[in-house]
Amino acid sequence: MDAPAMPDLLLEIFSEEIPARMQRRAAEDLKKLVTDALVERGFLYEGAQGFATPRRLALTIAGLPVKGQDVREERKGPRVGSPDGAIQGFLKGAGLASIDQARIESDPKKGEFYVAVIEKPGRATQDVLAEILPGIVKNFPWPKSMRWGAASKEPGSLRWVRPLHSIVCTFGPETEDPEVVRFDVDGIASGDVTKGHRFLAPGEIRVKRFDDYAPALERAKVVLDADRRKDMILHDAKDLAFAQGLELVEDEGLLEEVAGLVEWPVVLMGSFDEAFLDIPPEVIRTTIRANQKCFVLRDPATGKLANRFLLTSNLIATDGGKTIVAGNERVVRARLSDAKFFWETDQRVKLEDRLEKLKSIVFHEKLGTQYQRVERIAALAKELAPIVGADPELAQRAARLAKADLVTEMVGEFPELQGLMGRYYATLQGEHASVAAAIEEHYKPLGPSDRVPTDPVSVAVALADKIDTLVGFWAIDEKPTGSKDPYALRRAALGVVRLVLDNQLRLPISEPLIYASAMHQFVSYLRARSSELQDIENIAQKMRSDQLDEVATKFAGGTKAIELEDAREFFGDKELGNDLLSFFADRLKVYLRDQGARHDLIDAVFALESQDDLLMIVRRVEALGRFLDTEDGRNLLAGYRRAANILRIEEKKDGRVYSEAPDLQIVNDQGQIEEKALAVVLDGAKREAAAAVEAEDFEGAMRALSRLRQPVDAFFDKVTVNADDAGLRANRLRLLNSIREATRTVADFSRIEG
Amino acid sequence: MTSEPAHMNPARSFQGLILTLQRYWAEQGCVILQPYDMEMGAGTFHPATTLRALGPKPWRAAYVQPSRRPKDGRYGENPNRLQHYYQFQVILKPNPPNLQELYLGSLKAIGIDTALHDIRFVEDDWESPTLGAWGLGWECWCDGMEVSQFTYFQQVAGFECSPVAGELTYGLERLAMYLQGVESIYDLNFNGLDGDRKVTYAQVFQQAEQEYSRHNFEYADTEMLFRHFRDAEAACRKYLADGEPKDGANDQRHLMALPAYDQCIKASHMFNLLDARGVISVTERQSYILRVRELAKACGAAWLKTEGGGVAA
Repeated sequence: MDAPAMPDLLLEIFSEEIPARMQRRAAEDLKKLVTDALVERGFLYEGAQGFATPRRLALTIAGLPVKGQDVREERKGPRVGSPDGAIQGFLKGAGLASIDQARIESDPKKGEFYVAVIEKPGRATQDVLAEILPGIVKNFPWPKSMRWGAASKEPGSLRWVRPLHSIVCTFGPETEDPEVVRFDVDGIASGDVTKGHRFLAPGEIRVKRFDDYAPALERAKVVLDADRRKDMILHDAKDLAFAQGLELVEDEGLLEEVAGLVEWPVVLMGSFDEAFLDIPPEVIRTTIRANQKCFVLRDPATGKLANRFLLTSNLIATDGGKTIVAGNERVVRARLSDAKFFWETDQRVKLEDRLEKLKSIVFHEKLGTQYQRVERIAALAKELAPIVGADPELAQRAARLAKADLVTEMVGEFPELQGLMGRYYATLQGEHASVAAAIEEHYKPLGPSDRVPTDPVSVAVALADKIDTLVGFWAIDEKPTGSKDPYALRRAALGVVRLVLDNQLRLPISEPLIYASAMHQFVSYLRARSSELQDIENIAQKMRSDQLDEVATKFAGGTKAIELEDAREFFGDKELGNDLLSFFADRLKVYLRDQGARHDLIDAVFALESQDDLLMIVRRVEALGRFLDTEDGRNLLAGYRRAANILRIEEKKDGRVYSEAPDLQIVNDQGQIEEKALAVVLDGAKREAAAAVEAEDFEGAMRALSRLRQPVDAFFDKVTVNADDAGLRANRLRLLNSIREATRTVADFSRIEG
Repeated sequence: MTSEPAHMNPARSFQGLILTLQRYWAEQGCVILQPYDMEMGAGTFHPATTLRALGPKPWRAAYVQPSRRPKDGRYGENPNRLQHYYQFQVILKPNPPNLQELYLGSLKAIGIDTALHDIRFVEDDWESPTLGAWGLGWECWCDGMEVSQFTYFQQVAGFECSPVAGELTYGLERLAMYLQGVESIYDLNFNGLDGDRKVTYAQVFQQAEQEYSRHNFEYADTEMLFRHFRDAEAACRKYLADGEPKDGANDQRHLMALPAYDQCIKASHMFNLLDARGVISVTERQSYILRVRELAKACGAAWLKTEGGGVAA
C-alpha cells in the first residue's frame, strides 16, 4: 500500500497589473514567506514554487502534512491535600475541569502530588494556513504599495502593489477534491475562482489544485511561468528574424521586462523608414528599447542594424496583428523622428560652447557645479598625461569636453547615451580621434567585467574623473559604509586599479590624490573666505593647474606670494591621501583575490611600508607566488620560519631583540664553516635582492634570495644557535635576524601561509 | 448604442472624441465640468481634482482642461508638441472596483476595439512635486502608444487621500491623431466635416502656437512675471490667513480655500513661464517648486476645513 497522498497548497493572488520589474522578486518572496511560516510552526513540505504574471502571484506547495504533530505534556501540580486555592490554580493552568482528571503520583521527597496530562492534538494544516496567510498578504514586502477604493477611507486599510481583486487558496490531496482554505483579508474572501487573460478569456475559472490550475490558465491564454514566457518570446523572435534573413539583437534585460508585460506573448515584426538608419545605431536601439520595449534586428552579414523591430503584444488579434504593427510603427516613426531631430540640432552647437550650461548643473551640493568639476578633471588629466604617455593638451581638451554632452538634447532624453553621444558629436566637429574616444571612454571601466580603455588620452581622463570623484567625496566625508555606496566610489576605485594594472602604468597613486585634494580644498578654502558666489565662479574658471599659483597668490596670501608647490602643500591633505590610499589597497586586494591571487601573498607585500605603486605591488605578488612554487622558494620559506621561530622564542626569553647586524669578526674568529658561509651569502644576497628590487626586477630579487636556501639549510643542519658562549649565541641570533631582514626586501614572509 | 452622425465619429472628429468621452463618463455618474478659467500645466491642477481629491466626500467629475506647458512650445513646427493642448480628465472618488473596466469601456466608446488593439497597463508612478502629490498607476498603451495616464492618488497637497481617488487623463490630441490616422497634430480634423466645412486643428491653433512660443521663449516680461509670482504667493497666504476660522467662533470652517488656491495655480503658471524664459537657475528652480508646494499644502489644509473637504455645515 502506498502511503496516503500528502496534500498540496495552491495560492493565487489576483490583482491589477503588477509592475514588470517587481514580479520575479514578488513570486520568490511569496514562496519564502509562506514556507518559512509553515516550517516555523513545524510543517515541513516536499517542494514549493512561486510564479508571477502581470496580474497574479501564485504559489504551489507540494507534500504538506494534513495536520501538525500531536504534543503531549505532563505538568506537575501541588501535593495532594493542598489548600483549595492552590488546587484551583493548578486546574485552571492545566485546563482541567476537576481534580479527578489529574493523576496522582508520588515521590519520596514530595509525597503524593497531582500530575495533569495535557494532550494537544496537532492542528489541521488548513487552519494554520488560514491563520498565517492574511498576515503575509497584509505585510507583503512590495517596494511600493498603495491603498484603493472605498476601504481606503479607513486608516490601516489593506495595501498591495495595485488593487487586489481576489484570492484562490485550496488545500488537499491529489486523490480528493481539495477544500478552499477560508480566510478573509480586508473584505476579500478566499475562494477557488480566478480569471483568464484580460481580453482573450476574461471569464471566471474554477480551479481545484495546481495540476489543473496551470493548464486551465494556459487554456485561458495565460502562461503562468515567466521563464516559459521568455522562452516563447525569444524563440518566436528568432524565428521571425530568421525568416527575414536577419538576426535578433539579444537583450536579456528587455526580455525579462517584456515577459512581465504580457500573459500571452505574441511577437510581431514592424519596420521603419531606412532613412532613419543614418542615426547612430545605439540611439535607434535605445529609443526603441526605452520607449517601445521592442527588440532591434541586424543584418548578420554586415552586423548593421536593419530597419525592422520586434514587438511583443499581449493579444492574438483578430486581424493577425496588422493593426497592432501599424500602431507600433507609427510610434516608432515618431520616436525616431524625435531622435533624428535631436541628432541634427545637437550638431549645431559645438561641445565647447555647451560648457557654459554646465555652470547651472549642480554636481553635488558640497562639490560645486559640473563646470567646476570639469575644470578640476581637466587640470588633473593634464597633470596625469605625461605619466600615462598621453599628450597633455589632448588630455586636457578631452577632459574639458567630456561632460559637455550632458546638456545635449539627446542625452537629456536618453541619459544612458552619455559619453557615446559626446564621442559622436566630437568626431563630427573634427576633434582628434583620441579626444573623441576619451569622451566616451572616460566613464570606463564601469565594473569588474567592463572593458578598460587603452588609448593614453582616455586613460588620463578616466583616471582624472575617478580620482576627482573619490577625493571630492572623501573630502566631504561621504565615504562608502557597509553596503551603502550611493556614489559608486568602490567602483571608481576599482576602475583606477584596473586602469593602472591593465595599462601597466607606473603611477605612484598618492601624487594625484594629493593634487586632486589640493584643488578641492582650495575651492572650499576660498568659499569659506568669499561670501560672493561670483568670486567662486571666477576662481573655478582659473582652476587650471598652470594658474593655480597665480590664483593662490591672489586670494590666499594677500601680499605674500604662494608658489605652486606651497599651494599644494597648503591645500593638499596628506591624511586624506593616506586614507584613500588604504581604500585603494583594499580594492586592489579584492581585485587580486578575484583574479585568483593568494590573499596571504598580497598581505605579505602590503605589509611592507609605503606601497603606493599598484603595478609594482602586483608584480611583486606575482613574482613571490612563482618563487614559492619552486623548491628553493619552499625551502627558503621553511628556513625563514625556523629562523623566525627561534628568534621569537629567544628574544622573548632574553627580553630583547637582536636587530643589529651580525659581527663578522665573531663569525670569522669563532664561527663554524656553515655560519661563515651563510654570513657571506647573506650579505651578498641581501644587497643583490635590494638592488634588484630597486631595479624593479622582482624575479631577480627572488633569484638572489634563492641563493640563501642552501647555506640556510646547512646552517640549521650543523650549527647550534644556542651556543654556550653568550657572545657567539647573540651573534648567531643576529645572523638569523639577517635572514628575516633579507626576505623583507621582497615581502613580509611572516604573512605567508601554508 | 445610438448611431451618431458621421461628423461626430471620434475616428474623424476631434470634437466628436471629446463629446463621446463626455457622454460616456456622464453615464458613469460624473458631473461634466467645463475647463477651469485659469492657465494651468495639467488637468490635475483643476480644483475639481486637486482639492476634491481631499477629504471623505464621494466625487465624480470629468472635464476637458487646456494644459499650458510654455516650455513645450515649438513655434507650431513640431508635429507632436504643443505649448497648449487638451487633456480629458476623469476623477472618481473613491475609485470604483471596476475602474480599469470602465476605462476600457471608454476606449471602446471611442472606437478602440480590444480584439484588434493591444492595450497594456505599464507601470508609471505619478508624482507632482509642485502639488505635493503622488500616486501609483500606469501609462495605458494602445499598440505601443501611451494614450492615457491612470493613477490611484495616494497623497495630494501633502495629505493622505482617504478614500483614494482614481484619476484618468487622456491626451486628447495624441489619441485623436491615432484615431484619425494622421501624422501631425495640425492635420487633425477638428469638426469632422468635409470639404469647405472642414476645420483643422491648424486652423484653430497653429497661429496661437507660433505667437505663444514667441511670447514664452522670447518676449514674456520676466520682471512682471517675477512680480506676479510674488504677488500670487502673497495673496495666497493672505487669503488663507483671512479665511481661517476665528478663535472661539462657533463656525470652525475655512472661508476662502478656493480663492487662495487660485493664487497657487497662478504662481505655478508664473513659474512655468519664467522657467521657459530660462531665467531660473537650477538651484533656484528647486526653491520655486518648493514655494508652490508650500502654497498647495496650505490650500489643501484649508480645503479640509471646508464643507467640500468634509466639515459639516
